[in-house]
Amino acid sequence: MSADPRFGVVNGLLVLAVLVLAAVPLVFVGSATEFGGADGVAAETIETDNPEFEPWADPLFEPEAETASGLFALQAAIGAGVLGYVFGVVRTRRRLPEARRGGSADVERLQGDRADTTPAGARPADGDT
Amino acid sequence: MHIAEGYLPPLHAAAWTVAAAPFVVHGARAVVRRVREDPDSRLLLGAAGAFAFVLSALKIPSVTGSSSHPTGTGLGAILFRPPVMALLGTIVLTFQALLLAHGGITTLGANAFSLAIVGPWVAYGVFVLVRRLGGGLSVGVFLAASLADLATYSTTAAQLALAYPDAASGVPGALVKFGSIFALTQIPLAISEGMLTVLVVRLLVRVGPDDLRRLGVLRPAPAAPARQEA
Repeated sequence: MSADPRFGVVNGLLVLAVLVLAAVPLVFVGSATEFGGADGVAAETIETDNPEFEPWADPLFEPEAETASGLFALQAAIGAGVLGYVFGVVRTRRRLPEARRGGSADVERLQGDRADTTPAGARPADGDT
Repeated sequence: MHIAEGYLPPLHAAAWTVAAAPFVVHGARAVVRRVREDPDSRLLLGAAGAFAFVLSALKIPSVTGSSSHPTGTGLGAILFRPPVMALLGTIVLTFQALLLAHGGITTLGANAFSLAIVGPWVAYGVFVLVRRLGGGLSVGVFLAASLADLATYSTTAAQLALAYPDAASGVPGALVKFGSIFALTQIPLAISEGMLTVLVVRLLVRVGPDDLRRLGVLRPAPAAPARQEA
């Protein structure tokens, strides 16, 4: 693994920029709005412009708002879990053969190295900085 | 944000379903063929689907005072070509329609058309174009993912404009109206999506460059991955 010090910095900056982009509307557009979904706004627009309009189908199952936010979190968690698993497998698959070729000393180095780098990878903002 | 259940007239809903269905069937075949020919790609296929799963669950506030979510379809389109995302994106949409009352079954065809077909093809087209023009990997990924995100929501706006033309100004007027709801809200989110996709690709380049070379995303040069990070 090349030790490019910019790698972690750039990753951290990317994460930071995404957070800032999400936070700016909260701060500057502020409490004047509840940040309802754009799809809800579109639905309201349709109903306002077409007073006779009635949705002709209803969701088969509609969770309560609190439950829905939990289900959205679950969706994100499942995705994040799979992503983390894939990164772990790809990383290990690439590094194990190198270690096997190099003998047991390299396996130990790999294990030590893994213990070193995993927290940095999990918190890219702090990595290599 | 997808078109809500029951909000497209039956004729439009049916037409978009008919339009989307061949792409999704073709996409399912593409996934099966890919897995059979290259079982190792299952991992990254999972990552592509998982990325779309995560990003489409993140409702992010935007400058217009409403919130929306990214799509996450650009990554898979770049890694595996767009047909694969026609299936994976439709799976995400079905999950949200059935469990979250977000989108809907009657509007699944229209939403699949925008998120799982238009978005991925835009991503792929932009990525290939940028790379042909000599743009770097990160630039290509960023533009591909953010423009795919914008294209998805512009398509949603167009679908609603076709279904609900403005009484005075017709479809163009309605396009401006729905465009200001969806596309405008989406601009900062598209930028976020671009940056998050660049982040994941950077990590993939670092962790598994061989996989990316096999998929043709990275050129088969033996150079250090650091070169790709510019």
